[in-house]
Amino acid sequence: MIPKLLMSWLLATVTTHALAQAPIKVGELNSYKVFPAFLEPYKKGMELALEEINHSGGVAGRKLELIVRDDGGTPGDAVRVAEELIARERVNVLMGTFASNVGLAVANLANQRKILFVASEPLTDKIVWENGNRYTFRLRPSTYMQTAMLVPEAAKLKKQRWAIVYPNYEYGQSATASFKKLLSQAQPGVQFVAEQAPALGKIDAGAVVQALAEANPDAIFSSLFAADLQKFVREGNIRGLFKNTVVFNLLGGEPEYLDPLKDETPEGWWVTGYPWNEIDTPEHKAFRDAYRKRWKDYPRLGSVVGYSAVHTVAAAVRKAKSADTEKLVEALKGLQMQTPFGPVAWRALDHQSTMGAYVGQLAKKDGKGTMVNWRYADGTKYLPSDEDIRKLRKQD
Amino acid sequence: MSGAAVFLQLLNGLASASSLFLVAAGLSLIFGVSRIVNFAHGSLYMLGMYLAVWLSAKVGFWASVPLAAAGVALLGALVEVLLLRRIYRAPELLQLLATFALVLVVKDLALWAWGPEDMLGPRAPGLAGAVMIAGRQFPQYDLFLIALGPAVFVLLHLLLTRTRFGILIRAATEDREMAGALGVNQRLLFTSVFALGAGLAGLGGAWAIPREPANLEIDLAVVSDAFVVVVLGGLGSIPGAFLAALLIAEVKALCIGLGYSKLTLVAEFVVMAVVLVLRPWGLLGRPLAEARAPSAEHSAPAFVSPRAFLGGLAALALVPLLADGYMLVLLTDVFVFALFAVSLHFLLGPGGMVSFGHAAYFGLGAYAGALLLLRYQLPMEWALLAAPLAAMAGAAVFGWLCVRLSGIYLAMLTLALAQIVWSVAFQWDAVTGGSNGLIGIWPAPWLASRTAYYCVALLLSAASVAYLWRVLASPFGGALRASRDSPVRAEAIGIDVRAQRWTAFILAGTAAGLAGALSAFSKGSISPETLSVPRSVDGLVMVLLGGVQTLTGPVLGAALFTWLEDSLAREIAYWRAGIGAVILLLVLVFPQGIGGGLGKWRSR
Repeated sequence: MIPKLLMSWLLATVTTHALAQAPIKVGELNSYKVFPAFLEPYKKGMELALEEINHSGGVAGRKLELIVRDDGGTPGDAVRVAEELIARERVNVLMGTFASNVGLAVANLANQRKILFVASEPLTDKIVWENGNRYTFRLRPSTYMQTAMLVPEAAKLKKQRWAIVYPNYEYGQSATASFKKLLSQAQPGVQFVAEQAPALGKIDAGAVVQALAEANPDAIFSSLFAADLQKFVREGNIRGLFKNTVVFNLLGGEPEYLDPLKDETPEGWWVTGYPWNEIDTPEHKAFRDAYRKRWKDYPRLGSVVGYSAVHTVAAAVRKAKSADTEKLVEALKGLQMQTPFGPVAWRALDHQSTMGAYVGQLAKKDGKGTMVNWRYADGTKYLPSDEDIRKLRKQD
Repeated sequence: MSGAAVFLQLLNGLASASSLFLVAAGLSLIFGVSRIVNFAHGSLYMLGMYLAVWLSAKVGFWASVPLAAAGVALLGALVEVLLLRRIYRAPELLQLLATFALVLVVKDLALWAWGPEDMLGPRAPGLAGAVMIAGRQFPQYDLFLIALGPAVFVLLHLLLTRTRFGILIRAATEDREMAGALGVNQRLLFTSVFALGAGLAGLGGAWAIPREPANLEIDLAVVSDAFVVVVLGGLGSIPGAFLAALLIAEVKALCIGLGYSKLTLVAEFVVMAVVLVLRPWGLLGRPLAEARAPSAEHSAPAFVSPRAFLGGLAALALVPLLADGYMLVLLTDVFVFALFAVSLHFLLGPGGMVSFGHAAYFGLGAYAGALLLLRYQLPMEWALLAAPLAAMAGAAVFGWLCVRLSGIYLAMLTLALAQIVWSVAFQWDAVTGGSNGLIGIWPAPWLASRTAYYCVALLLSAASVAYLWRVLASPFGGALRASRDSPVRAEAIGIDVRAQRWTAFILAGTAAGLAGALSAFSKGSISPETLSVPRSVDGLVMVLLGGVQTLTGPVLGAALFTWLEDSLAREIAYWRAGIGAVILLLVLVFPQGIGGGLGKWRSR
């Protein structure tokens, strides 16, 4: 009898001890095979952060463990994968997603199942505003914020006639709406003379360039990216559209989209992006050196996002001293942390991080695209008033 | 728009038409001779692009084009010899499954070989600049393309009308049984035609690189455009394909020129739907001769005994006692897709009508459920049960338009109509939430737990499946099969063939709508992907994987496909290629589908 009791007591202590040592599980899901150009560097960034954290002893005395899943690129599959991470892997935190519809679907599930979700990449404004919820936090500067970052330069030029081209889905639509609104406020009387909305991935670039040229714009605002952007740039270059027209292109300076342009890179365009080779702040230098040492490759924007997302979870656990969901949510509100882009805060108001982006102009150097005249646009300065956000974000 | 602007947009349209024609011509040739719906045609185009970009860095652009085309043609020949040749005698559409698997394999192969970044090719040396036309700079290369399309058209026409090879192709297109009986070497003919078609796809891809980057998304974009062109023009008709390419490219260019760029999302599908409703065989097509060789074994399917059905149901009802939460989530997905696949099979098997747009009804059900709950504040239980009515209405309208067509034309009309529904869901922000879709579609609290919802999904999908199977065993089911097997004789004994088919459409659509609503409430959100082409294709894959000729096949196919996706995506990095490889293996081992294979094994 006594040995049995002793055994069970021993077992119980061993189990509680083991539980205290059990790693904190982060369930990361992303569309790795649909957007590999962004997400392969993203994965490398995550792994680098994970190694850093665990080599220095983990967080709150526990190791951090990443459980990485492909979400298949559709909201339906992503929700199933997230359920697997929650129910079977029993992860403490969900992280990741790329496309906005997938991000929103997972955020919606996180709210239902009451688990923290750090949305690393989706840009849609809605994930923290109209459809924001208690359990969802977003890292990247949103479509609105990045558009707002370009507006000061656009207004300075005092161009009268603007043409707009955007991929026909939520990202392009809301970038266009925000740009029109913000520029009209900054520069009353500005005219929008043409608007082209080709289907995502299917731009008929010759016809679009021709139609924009017909409208005789002084300037163009574009939110094209990836293959659409490359086709647009080449046709525009050949047809001379950009000769007397200034172009502003959201995301155009991100290495993922800029690098394929090579000697076709249009000089002088204003873009948001990431001039990885030029940023020499100590925090970025340290990141870049570590990344190059680890992967023998230079960092892309995805690398920074993956790296910072993992560090976000670590910082939240450190502050909460626990992996309990409700405590983590409270810890993330107002959390201050360091990223390769400098200090970032997580706003309690709308769960948006203040991570910024770099605004600058494109230039060609040795047959490759690069950014010049750039500045860091801190996310804090490009958000609507708290009042406006409270109106949008009704849910809490 | 000024006259000069219209003229320039028409020129732009001509350049695009040439590119479209190149891909479509190859697809048309292949279909004409072998009746293969080559889903992998876009993948061959994509390979042509990647090969050309890669080679042009080594040997220059102009030399890279023929090399890339030859490489793709060679690959096409290999695919025909190693894979397709083995399954010509299998039930129709199995080749579609095989080529779908190829799409998955080729995509991952390209990712592995050339990496994830888009590859922008060089400008064409000698044609890199622009010439002034009507006061604007117009690319020299586009002028070259404008000339290239008609040149290839003329060459193909000469090949088909003036050479012995061309005569054989036309003979096989008209009546391949007869051609075989007259001593034509079919093996050689099929291989060479497939290689020629693949080569044309590769050539199209290679010519495109000065205008667009090689990227991993191009395959499906191109293949859907190419299908539209081929069907719109009339199957097997090269002049028809040329005319259709012109029509679509010009319509798109004018949409853009006139400021209606949003219409380009569906322009080609609207054009195709209108043409097919008015001219059921496309612009220049003729009614197809039946391919007599691989006639399906038209027998009544083996029905499932009520005892076996209830036994299976009882076993599944016990699962929540044993399994973890995720198993229930996964099985809920399986039930949803099993119902979806069974409803598609209802049309495709006994109904004899292939639908490429079955997701339309799935999506209509899903959106209706969501809107009834969110907008009209209906209790969730009623929203779930009323949602299939929207799918029923959709199927009634689309079915009425579709049943007058047959074969691949019918399939493409269902696709066009589904794409139109998709584009409405995609664009109508105020109601459908646009590309983001709708969220917050959760079950009522008493159904919200994984176990409760599992039971609901099991009960509703099993009841619907049982109903559909019961209908097939009824006199209506007999009349439906008669209408499939011999429409002429069916009419003669007084069966209203169109009415049978229409009813089948409505029943199948309603069941798919229920599957969609069940899916929406299990995920809590929906977006336009619920009614997109890939969803329709998934349904087809499930049915074909399971086997068209058994009733239980689609259920097995749905379970297998869902499980494969779930486990392979978790276990291996190149999971798409993994799924493709498994499907290829199954196609070769079980040409009758798994259900058919099991049946054969059991009857031994």
